[in-house]
Amino acid sequence: MATTNSRSLARLMLFPSVLLLLAWMIVPLCMTLYFSFLDYNLLTPGNDEFIGLVNYEFFLTDPAFIESFFNTLLLVTGVLFITLVGGIGLAVLLDQAIWGRNYVRIMVLAPFFVMPTVSALVWKNMLMNPVNGLFAHFATWIGVNPIDFFAQMPLFSIIIIVSWQWLPFAALILLTAIQSLDREQLEAADLDGAGPISKFLYIVLPHLSRAITAVILIETIFLLSIFAEILVTTSGGPGYASTNITYLIYTQSLLQFDVGGGSAGGIVAVILANIVSIFLMRLIGKNLEG
Amino acid sequence: MGSITLKQVTKSFGKVNVIKPIDLEIKDGEFIVFVGPSGCGKSTLLRMIAGLEDTTSGTIEIDGQDATDTPPAKRGLAMVFQSYALYPHMTVRNNIAFPLKQAKLSPEEIDKKIANAAKILNLDTYLDRKPGQLSGGQRQRVAIGRAIVRQPSAFLFDEPLSNLDASLRVNMRLEISELHKSLATTMVYVTHDQVEAMTMADRIAVFNAGIIEQVGTPLELYNKPVNQFVAGFIGSPKMNFMSVKPVENDPTVTIGVRPEHLVITKDSGKWHGTVGVIEHLGSETFLHVHIDNGETLTVRADGNCDIQYGDKVYLNASPDKVLHFDAKGLTLSLAAKDTLMSA
Amino acid sequence: MAINKSNKSKFIYTILAWGISGLIFFPILWTLLTSFKTEAEAISASPSLFMFDWTLENYRDVLARSPYFDHFWNSVIISLGSSLLGLLIAIPAAWSMAFVQNKRTKNLLMWMLSTKMLPPVGVLIPIYMLFRDFDLLDTKIGLVIVMTLINLPIMVWMLYTYFREIPNEILEASRMDGANIIDEIFHVLLPIALPGIASTLLLNVILAWNEAFWSLILTAANAAPLTAFIASYSSPEGLFYAKLSAASAMAIVPILILGWFSQKQLVRGLSFGAVK
Repeated sequence: MATTNSRSLARLMLFPSVLLLLAWMIVPLCMTLYFSFLDYNLLTPGNDEFIGLVNYEFFLTDPAFIESFFNTLLLVTGVLFITLVGGIGLAVLLDQAIWGRNYVRIMVLAPFFVMPTVSALVWKNMLMNPVNGLFAHFATWIGVNPIDFFAQMPLFSIIIIVSWQWLPFAALILLTAIQSLDREQLEAADLDGAGPISKFLYIVLPHLSRAITAVILIETIFLLSIFAEILVTTSGGPGYASTNITYLIYTQSLLQFDVGGGSAGGIVAVILANIVSIFLMRLIGKNLEG
Repeated sequence: MGSITLKQVTKSFGKVNVIKPIDLEIKDGEFIVFVGPSGCGKSTLLRMIAGLEDTTSGTIEIDGQDATDTPPAKRGLAMVFQSYALYPHMTVRNNIAFPLKQAKLSPEEIDKKIANAAKILNLDTYLDRKPGQLSGGQRQRVAIGRAIVRQPSAFLFDEPLSNLDASLRVNMRLEISELHKSLATTMVYVTHDQVEAMTMADRIAVFNAGIIEQVGTPLELYNKPVNQFVAGFIGSPKMNFMSVKPVENDPTVTIGVRPEHLVITKDSGKWHGTVGVIEHLGSETFLHVHIDNGETLTVRADGNCDIQYGDKVYLNASPDKVLHFDAKGLTLSLAAKDTLMSA
Repeated sequence: MAINKSNKSKFIYTILAWGISGLIFFPILWTLLTSFKTEAEAISASPSLFMFDWTLENYRDVLARSPYFDHFWNSVIISLGSSLLGLLIAIPAAWSMAFVQNKRTKNLLMWMLSTKMLPPVGVLIPIYMLFRDFDLLDTKIGLVIVMTLINLPIMVWMLYTYFREIPNEILEASRMDGANIIDEIFHVLLPIALPGIASTLLLNVILAWNEAFWSLILTAANAAPLTAFIASYSSPEGLFYAKLSAASAMAIVPILILGWFSQKQLVRGLSFGAVK
């Protein structure tokens, strides 16, 4: 609904954003694709010849890739599960009449604003450290052996830290969604004789589906490329026990200077992310705009 | 000055023609109402006159000048929107001043014009409030105020009363009519409510599916509708339509009688039927009569009518109040029909 | 008694809510408290919540030993600079998509969002090499460019959802009132959308402030924002809990306060308008 005039103006004003994003996406991606076919290592310069799919073969058959692939999967689904379940629980709780709800909300929200490097360091040193950490003190106090979190359960520890960062986000979005629920629906359900559990299952949960979709989408975007938390806690170890794909490619390209191999890994990561995003885009296309 | 001439104007969105070629002459100082069901193209045509939509083909002339490709700001028209479209961040004063500032008037002139508009529309006490603090009727007045200060060559109204409640609507209807009398400026008014059209218009253009079915004064449309659509659209309650058995030499397939032209008796008459639901309004009574051929007719009767639900009654109408329509829905004039009959 | 009963459940819910939110907030509280302890007290096996000798020693140490303010300043420049630059590019785009819609608008929005799905490692090597070749490594301007680009889709989306709530009729009214496109955007659209624009700015400042992938990879001593600076406490300085806490507190408190102020708008912005 507009005139030709405003339509051409609109195209003009859209141009910078589209051009920049296109350049940001296409140019480096093509370079990555190109490098991925080369035997290109920064330690042995001038030797970069075309070697076809060898880099991919190496990357995909590397046991480290298989391990980090499953680690990535576990990390994303683990954090999504914890934050969604915890977030729904918190949202339902904070939706009740309580004293000082604003203060409670401020406390719950706080971890979201803490930068990843700080939260990882605080958890690693001050809480999870097997000697001086608070959890170790607590374990000794109740008379059990302290757990060496990052040696015994490195990936799980990282899942805990990341979940702590993202739980506030999920809880707040879901709380806002719950509060927009029409109270008359619940009153009608009361009159129809529905108990609290069926009210939750048949009225509250369906009402939250849009918000849940949004949470899954946004968290996945960020969780797929978790990096800082791994770098400052375990550096991917022990072995590859806490390496995700992002971190694996980082070590290959910038620590071992294997540009070809790292690029092949990058392309693989892009393809995997695309598979996830096609699935997610379908989900939002259906749910977000509805 | 404020004459608007549309010549073979069309509008299509992609392959959909929302306005089929339309010719219309709006005279200076006239109050013309575009009326029709939703989706008939009346609002689109108004927005084309305003310049908010492109014209696909044809020309729009304002005061004799071709304005088809003139941007809205340069057409010298003012528009009152359905949602009022007040600027929420500006006070009433600044809302009204906005078009004057765009026209680069001096502050003294602006103040004078605002004071004048505020007096006409009783806005004096609200000038420093923001739109959010006003009631629907007050917002409507501000929107009109913003339109009149510019002294446009014509006003365009896009369903301006549809967001008001019923009693306020009647008041604003009168106010707009009075405003038109005192300003004597051309007004083009879009509505889907035929009562608004009948009460306010000098002339009415009845729209249907992208064309104008008929243009005329309210009484012309009421008394001499050119086709079944106009006959059914103008008048409340709606005209009753009955299909008739085809007779040789008579192209009539449908006849129409307005509820107020049907006379109800218990003795004898043209149609016989049983009384259904009765609506008492005090001043008048509407009866729904199920006649024997299965059709239901609405009848307007006196306010103190004592007919009961289930009564058997007869209905009559004087022949000159009965309209005849052919298979295409066109009205057959009585004179034309007489010649056919005698032939 | 109805009142008594509802008061009782309110009491139980309150205890529960305060307990759980207290646990969630605890790591931050603990960091803030530890930053005022001596190193000995910080690792004490029987730690005390409030009963210790409060000291500002750690803050003094952190500020004396490292160019904390330089990194702080880097964070401010990078997050604010990229957010303002992003607004400049995103506002026209969002205007177009919100007010001059066509069949492709939805696809374009989805495409923009999909660029966020591109894993940074997919472009890590080229970006690193381009930065090296153009002398952008370890510069603030380089990081401003990257932050602007990675947050641009979010900015466009957020602004789009805010703009969508402004009735087109208001903009049309301004056109009828004789406003040109510049007047329309500056005198009508932007003032009305100001709350939305402010929260878009704020959210992007927060996201850029906390961004850790590109900050860690593309900067060193010179342009490192606080995220990268704090990472240097990874080891062995991390074992000095009190100093780690003081540095952390200084890195997170500004953004914590900013975030608390804007929490209401954040929800809408972050959920791309799915939740209001």
